[in-house]
This record gives sequence, structure tokens and C-alpha cells, in this order.
Amino acid sequence: MKISSVIAVIAGIAAVQVASAANITGTVTLNGTPPPEKEITPLKEDATCGKLTEGTPTTHFFVVGANKGLADVVVMLKGISGKSTGASAPPVELNQKGCQYVPSILALQTGQKLIVKNSDPVLHNVHSLSAAGNPDKNIAQMAGSPDLTFTFDKPENFLKFKCDVHGWMFAWITVVDHPYFAVTDKDGKFTIKNVPAGKYTVVAMHRKAAPTGVEKEVEVKDADATADFTLEVK
Amino acid sequence: MNAPSHNPWLHRFAVLTAAATFLLLGVGGLVTSKGAGMAVPDWPTSYGYNMFALPFKFWQGGVLYEHSHRLVASGVGLLTTILVVWLWVKEPRRWVKWLGVIAFFAVVLQGVLGGLRVVWLKDEIGIFHATLAQLFFVLTCALALFTSRWWRTLPSPLPPLLSDGRGEQQSFSLGNLPGFVLATTLLILCQLILGATMRHQHAGLAIPDFPLAYGKLWPAMDADSVARYNQQRVEIVAANPITAFQISLQMAHRLMAVGILIGVGAVVWGARRWSPRFSVSDGGDSLKAGLQRLAFVWFGLILAQVALGAWTIWSNKAADVATAHVLVGALSLVTGALWCIISFRRPVTQFGCKSVSTSARDLRETVFKARAAGSVSK
Repeated sequence: MKISSVIAVIAGIAAVQVASAANITGTVTLNGTPPPEKEITPLKEDATCGKLTEGTPTTHFFVVGANKGLADVVVMLKGISGKSTGASAPPVELNQKGCQYVPSILALQTGQKLIVKNSDPVLHNVHSLSAAGNPDKNIAQMAGSPDLTFTFDKPENFLKFKCDVHGWMFAWITVVDHPYFAVTDKDGKFTIKNVPAGKYTVVAMHRKAAPTGVEKEVEVKDADATADFTLEVK
Repeated sequence: MNAPSHNPWLHRFAVLTAAATFLLLGVGGLVTSKGAGMAVPDWPTSYGYNMFALPFKFWQGGVLYEHSHRLVASGVGLLTTILVVWLWVKEPRRWVKWLGVIAFFAVVLQGVLGGLRVVWLKDEIGIFHATLAQLFFVLTCALALFTSRWWRTLPSPLPPLLSDGRGEQQSFSLGNLPGFVLATTLLILCQLILGATMRHQHAGLAIPDFPLAYGKLWPAMDADSVARYNQQRVEIVAANPITAFQISLQMAHRLMAVGILIGVGAVVWGARRWSPRFSVSDGGDSLKAGLQRLAFVWFGLILAQVALGAWTIWSNKAADVATAHVLVGALSLVTGALWCIISFRRPVTQFGCKSVSTSARDLRETVFKARAAGSVSK
């Protein structure tokens, strides 16, 4: 009887814990008129890469969907550190396809693996440039060669990846020291999952519209909380 | 003492080395203009291969520029080594031999800097690499000058006596012009260093318009304005955001260009004012004419450089235009440097109007002693 009582108490505590975590959802929209995207002329004119793309490849700094939803915004909780679960989290994939990085904006945790694939029949070099103390690397990746694996120990916003063989190829990786973040989809929507109850500052960062971020206070209780952001193009 | 005999093939080889260095400046400039400085991630190998055996399948995109750069650089290193040995064996003037040795160590250092930039992933080393490249080009051109027949036919350092019976020596003044040329040349060097610093920011055009800057004579550089500039930029190959520091670098570059244009224009004006009345009879006419022509060439180069600078901005930093801007900058530097070398060669040789009386006997004795001591060198 004693043991069953203990189990019941433990189960009750666990139930309370689960009930105290909820999601933060929201939409990021863009106000103002962004500059028109440009054709990536050197890609189109490249003897090998030009054959790998269809249509006219353009930059995609402002991907604005229906209802002004803005994609590629990194949304995360601010002021939390040392809570990374990256070591046990599934790896995140960055692909080189059509001589472009896909996706160009992504986020992962410290210690989480980033798998870089080369799906092109051409040579790329994968060059990471950190401004926050993560080691820089510059590694050749031939066509058909094994995937490359990167991990980062320090949080960093928009760590740059580039290919020096194809100068128009860029990706930006945001490294977070906890699991409470998301990247908006093509409609500007995001969900940060399993946030423990409490009051938080949520920050939304877009590499062009808001590189240093726009903040909002949110309180998470039993149910999903909402945080919508509006970014401005000046 | 007889003047050392001219070695035409040595001179031609020195010219070849200088020309190859100029080509290397262009190829190297193209590497930066194309953002391909790190396209070959290892050194001294290239993708694990001996640099001279890299398969052609690798010669694509940025690798084509960076690898070509390494090959041409190796060629310049070889030419410099041959030149140094040739100078050491055949050149009678010790100071020219040692200049050759300096050139050798400079080209070795240049190669090491380029390699370290790659293996250390230190883009800032590229600024020193670019600056040393320009200085090395000046050195190779100077060696070509010193080994030329023309250099050896310049007037003797000691002024000849005129047959006026009184032994009155006419001396001729360049005035302050050589010092002014030196100052302008140093200003050009500073401008080149500034340009190299700008190029190695890899942030593209910090100011996208010319002659205005963001539509104004002086651009706003507060945080909100810079954020707005970055929002409106749609960069394709240079994806670093611009900063207020980079904008101020660009403005400094523009202002310095104005200063250089005025400086070289003043040199042309000063050179035109040299009086033809007091030429010495020993070839000084050709020296004076040569320096005047060089001043005009210099001014033409600066005008071309200003035009290329504007075109670089108007073309959104097209790689070929930006590289041409680098090359004409190098020619501007070397022209000023050669002008200085030639004019400072004879600090007592002057064009102008200033008489100094001395006894003819004293002067003859001075000449005799100097020649006996063999202190006359060219």
C-alpha cells in the first residue's frame, strides 16, 4: 500500500508538470514594402550551376505570404541559457541543392548536430563564419561525398555559412542554448512547443527586417499562449 | 672609375618580372572581387593535390580564380628567384644586389601571407597581403629602372663646370616638388591600404550611389539609418551587413581621392613651371622632360582612377571594373614612386634659377678628388 501511494503521488506530480507546459504560437507579419528581390545572375550564368536551376533564381530576403505573413523569422525565448537538449535532439539538415542552400535560415540548439548534404553534382566548399566564438571551418565537399557534421557550443544569431566556390550561396544558422524556439513558415506562423509555465520575453528576429529582434512579453499558463509580431520595413 | 656596363638581358628580365607582377595583381584582385579568397580551403596543397597537379574538374567557380592566382604567384616567385640570382652574380652595384634579395624575401613573405590567410581562416591577413603586393610591384619596377640603360645615362651627381671663365657654378632647383611628390605618393599608398581594408570587409558597396552618398553630400550614419540601409540592400555575393564604420571608410576613401587628384594636379602644374633656361649640358634636358612627361602620365592615371571608382559604384561593384580600379591604383603608386626615385637620385641636381659662386680651382679639385676616390656611382 505504501508503495502504491508513493507511485500515485509521483504520477500526480508528473501530471501537474505536464499540465504546466504549453505552446506559444503566433504569426509574424511585415508592414511596409520590401525592396524587390534580385535575379541571382552569377548562378544563372554559371556553366554547371546554371543547368541545375529552372526558371530565374532570385534572392529571397523577404518571403512574404498571404496576409503579409513573413517567413524565415527566428522566434525564441530570451534570457534562458544552459537548458540545451541539443546533444539528444535529432540532427538538423542543411542541403546544397541547385547551387543554393536549402533552407537558407534555420535554427538549432548548442550541441545539436547540423548535417550538411551536397545534393549537387558539383563541388562546394562549406565555410562557416562565426562572430560569437564558434570555430570557423572551411571544408571541401565534392559531389557524392559523405555528409558533413557541424556542432556549435556557443549561442549565436545568424551564424553565416557560405560557399566560396559559388559566391552567391549563403545560409544563416541561429544557435540557441535551449529548446524554446521556432522559425516561421511561409505564412509567417510559428509554434514554440512545451514551454513551462511562467512569464517570458519572446524575441522575433529577421535577418533583414529585424536583425536585433523585436520583443514581446508572454505569460504561459495551462493553455497555449499567443504572441504575434509585426515587423516594419522602413 | 668606369660606369658599370649595361646588361640588356638582365634589364629585360627585370621588366618581365615587373610585368608578371602586374598580371598577378590583376589575378589576385579578381580573387577578392569575386569573393573567392577561400575557395581552395587548404594550402600549400589544393584540395589535397599538389598545387601544380590539380585536376581540371576542380577548376570551376571561385576555385578557377583562386587556383589561377596561386599558379601565377608561383610563376612570379620563380621569376623573382631567377632575377635575384642573376643580380647577385652579374650586377656590380651592391645596393642593387641587396634590393634583389629584399625582393626575394618579400615574395616569399607574400606567399606565406596568402597561405596563412587560408589555413588560419583569417580574412584580415588579406589586407596585409594586398598592401605588400602593391609594394612588391613598386620594388620590381624599381629594379627594372635601376637595370635600365636610361638610368645609367642620367647626369653625373657632380655638376659640370661651365665655361664662363669665372668658375661660377650655376645650380638648378626642383624646388620642393620632389618632397611634394613623395607626400602625394604616400597619400596614394594610404588610399590603397584604405581600399584593401574596404574590399576585405566583404560587405559589397557600403554606399551604393555616387557622387552623392545615400542621396546626400554626407550620409547619415546613426543606427536607425544604417538599419534602413541594410533593409533596403539586396546583395547577391557580399552578404555581410554594412556598418557605420564601413560607410565612414568609403567616405574617407572618396575624400582622399580628391586630395590625391589635387596633389597630382599640383605636381603637373609645378613641373610645367620649370624654366628651360638653366638646363645643364649633360643630359639634364632629357631628365627634366622625362619627369614632366611622367607627371602628365601620373595625372592621367589619377583621372582614370577616379572614373573607375565611380564606375565601380555605378556597376554595383562589377568584378572586372573593381579589379581594373585596383590595377590603375597600383600604376598610380608606382608612377609616383618612380618619380620620387628619379628626382631624389640627384638631390643637388636642380632645375631653376639659383647661382652659387665658388672658385673654379676649388671646384676642379673637388671633382678630381671625388673621381680618384671612385665615389661616383650611378
